Amino acid sequence: MSVVQETGGKAAGWTDDRLGESNFIRRSLNKVFPDHWSFMLGEIALYSFIVILLTGVYLTLWFKPSMIEVVYDGSYAPLKGVKMSESMASTLDISFDVRGGLLIRQIHHMAALFFVAAIAIHMMRVFFTGAFRKPREMNWVIGVVLFLLAIAAGFSGYSLPDDLLSGTGLRITQGIIQASPVIGTWLSFLIFDGEFPGTAFIPRLYSVHILLIPGLILALVTAHLMMVWYQKHTQFPGPGRTNENVVGYPLMPVYMAKAGGFFFVVFGMLVALAGLIQINPIWAYGPYMPDQVTAGSQPDWYVGFLDGALRLMPPWEIVAFGYTLSLNLIIPAMVLAPVLLVLVGAYPWIERYALGRDTGEHHLLDRPRNAPTRTALGVAMVTFYIVLMIGGGNDIIAYNFDLSFNTMIRVLQVLLFVGPVVAFIVTKRLCLSLQRRDRDLLLHGRETGRVLRLPSGEFLEIHEEVDEESKAKILAKPDIEPLALPEAVDDSGVVNPTSRKQRRRSRWSRFFFTDNVPLPSDEELTEARKHIDHELDDAVEAGSKAAKEISEH
Amino acid sequence: MSDSTETQPDFVPANIAHHPRRTDVDPKAAKRAERQVATMFVLAALLILASVAAYVLIPVDAGVAVPLMGPIGALNAALGLSLGLGILLIGLGAIQWARKLMPGTEVVAMRHEMRSSDEARADAVEAFDRGLADSGFAQRPLIRRTLIGAMLVLPLPLVVLLRDLYTAPEGAPSPVEQLEETIWEPGVRIVTDVTGNPIKAEDVPVGGLVAAVPANLHEVEEEDGNLNARAKAPIILVRMAPDEIVSQQAPREGEAWDYQGILAYSKICTHVGCPIALYEQRTHHLLCPCHQSTFALADSGNVVFGPAARQMPQLPITVDDEGYLVAVSDFQQPVGPSFWERS
Repeated sequence: MSVVQETGGKAAGWTDDRLGESNFIRRSLNKVFPDHWSFMLGEIALYSFIVILLTGVYLTLWFKPSMIEVVYDGSYAPLKGVKMSESMASTLDISFDVRGGLLIRQIHHMAALFFVAAIAIHMMRVFFTGAFRKPREMNWVIGVVLFLLAIAAGFSGYSLPDDLLSGTGLRITQGIIQASPVIGTWLSFLIFDGEFPGTAFIPRLYSVHILLIPGLILALVTAHLMMVWYQKHTQFPGPGRTNENVVGYPLMPVYMAKAGGFFFVVFGMLVALAGLIQINPIWAYGPYMPDQVTAGSQPDWYVGFLDGALRLMPPWEIVAFGYTLSLNLIIPAMVLAPVLLVLVGAYPWIERYALGRDTGEHHLLDRPRNAPTRTALGVAMVTFYIVLMIGGGNDIIAYNFDLSFNTMIRVLQVLLFVGPVVAFIVTKRLCLSLQRRDRDLLLHGRETGRVLRLPSGEFLEIHEEVDEESKAKILAKPDIEPLALPEAVDDSGVVNPTSRKQRRRSRWSRFFFTDNVPLPSDEELTEARKHIDHELDDAVEAGSKAAKEISEH
Repeated sequence: MSDSTETQPDFVPANIAHHPRRTDVDPKAAKRAERQVATMFVLAALLILASVAAYVLIPVDAGVAVPLMGPIGALNAALGLSLGLGILLIGLGAIQWARKLMPGTEVVAMRHEMRSSDEARADAVEAFDRGLADSGFAQRPLIRRTLIGAMLVLPLPLVVLLRDLYTAPEGAPSPVEQLEETIWEPGVRIVTDVTGNPIKAEDVPVGGLVAAVPANLHEVEEEDGNLNARAKAPIILVRMAPDEIVSQQAPREGEAWDYQGILAYSKICTHVGCPIALYEQRTHHLLCPCHQSTFALADSGNVVFGPAARQMPQLPITVDDEGYLVAVSDFQQPVGPSFWERS
């Protein structure tokens, strides 16, 4: 036993005497994690968040969240002598006078972009594979809230330097707040301590950005991970993998080394990118002035869809009884985003409503093709989001491709409604085609590429049974029957009091599960295997017969 | 399996075909992998030390020209690359170690149903019910209701305490009144926003656009210590041939708010308050760069495209004794984004 092991053992003994953690440690170190590249998406989000926390602490040491006006006297010559807020000036100091400050700032911002992107893609993975199903619905909801918080963290962060770009974003935000029904004026005055921009907002936003939001994210991330830990990770179907087991690598040592190593990979990439790529060059925008704006100002990518919603909205405003209801702001900024979030968050129950029965726990992931309606709904949602996002950059796109931005807005307004429908239909058809292909693979085998020519002149391609792995994958498909339409009146003439409710549910269920290409039955599979084997036998027989004939001649 | 439960209760090797890796069968390959991992760790340490050297040696303002990218900060690039690659190599080394040298066979652990046993559930319910009964929460409605009442009013101060997020300066008008007025007053000179020089009618060319502010803006800003006035007062001046002007916002027939074809409009978009400066002189359209609301300046500043619902407020102007452009009055409608109390 080495010295290290001995001391380690002693220390562990000391704590175990007091905490009794050995049981937990034993179980934890033996914890099995399944492997798949898509399981790393959530890890990227987690590791980006850690990097954000680390770099964020550094930034707080130099950043001054203040809107007091100062005259810049740092080493960036073009802005020397320019009046700006202390917030902007200290961000310039971090960028030009603190050694390594620019790197830390750029890592922080780059990691924030990665953080939100990784969450979004991780959510898509969870959605399209059905990982949100029982028993993980709560964790899905936590994830949706985390996505919202990540956007809020990003937006509150890039609004802090008080440069021209972020100030424009704040102005838009303030305009939206001011347009809230009934309380808008007061809400805006409370938040900004009077009229926009005032001098109170950035210090207030600062405490939200460095305390409130990260605190919430940290708490929810902890809950998120504890649930993943406790419920064990889902796995894709494959040989030996069932709903009752988890196949993968143990935490100690393989997963620890891989996941720990991956943290350093993500961290290292972010640092290297921050060293090479310029991000948010506030010195190029200049300090914020409420009467100045640059053409083509764009928010960070994750705010783009909201900006797009503002652009695509028709100019509706209701003025009645001496009051104004600004639908052109309320709908895109205050109704749309919450509705989308609630829909996404409630999705596990929307799908469950169609299932209509207790289906037990789901630890085996769906292949997206095997849940065609879910997949199609997801793609429709993504399409809706992308149309909004394109809307957010419509001036840039119109300028670069020499299009009319007016036409583009009109086209996008139509696409916002037509696009998701088309996406739904196309995706669903694609999924069903892929299901059909899977069925064919089972029934007719895999094409080997070996072509035989029979003496009769006929060509024949040899098919082989698919390998065990693919077979296990395909056979894991659940064939779900839609809920049957209930009888309004049963055989003995009794009226079913809940038939309307059941009817609604059955319609929803049929929408989900009617189109399905069922797996072949066991008999069909046996038949198919015989057929696949015989195809080769027949060919070989025919071939040898022909050879014999030739030799006899 | 029962024998192994003692030491490894949670998993067993998976019964899945496993192809041994080179490093499993060839000690030489294993040795090579070991050297690779160690090399990565050594390089990582060297690169991380190099980043410290870069911090000390490279001046903060040194630039370096990179092909295709142009000049970039030398210190930032050196720090980012050395530190980034160093950290990256720690990660790659650890992953290589796991992939090549740690056990390559998957293992199986059994899941356990999340649901507690019926017995445990019943016990929990029983414990809760007993606690509830012991507390008398159900049997003593007086206590229950007064407690609920106390808890219901508790959030009140938490909200009330936020009231002074806005503290109105002495004598300040109400928020709505503040939103409805700007610092323009009758006779206030219109000056250019950059130089602060007063503007004569002939300084505004036909087809041109001049960004302007009230002459007292700087004074007010000094006094207030904020940029609030600047968020509402800025205007743009455009000049068009009198026959091109279709309509103006002047309320009465025969009254005109222009001066010899010079029209003054607010610069603040009525959508969400972005300043507007994109002017197409052929159509006299003004385009907001934020959300592309488009206003027809020759036609009362009405919205012709985009999400804005309100026309651009027009400032009535004239000239003073010395021939400089001045405001006739403040705007006759609120500037900037809509608000609830606005009619």
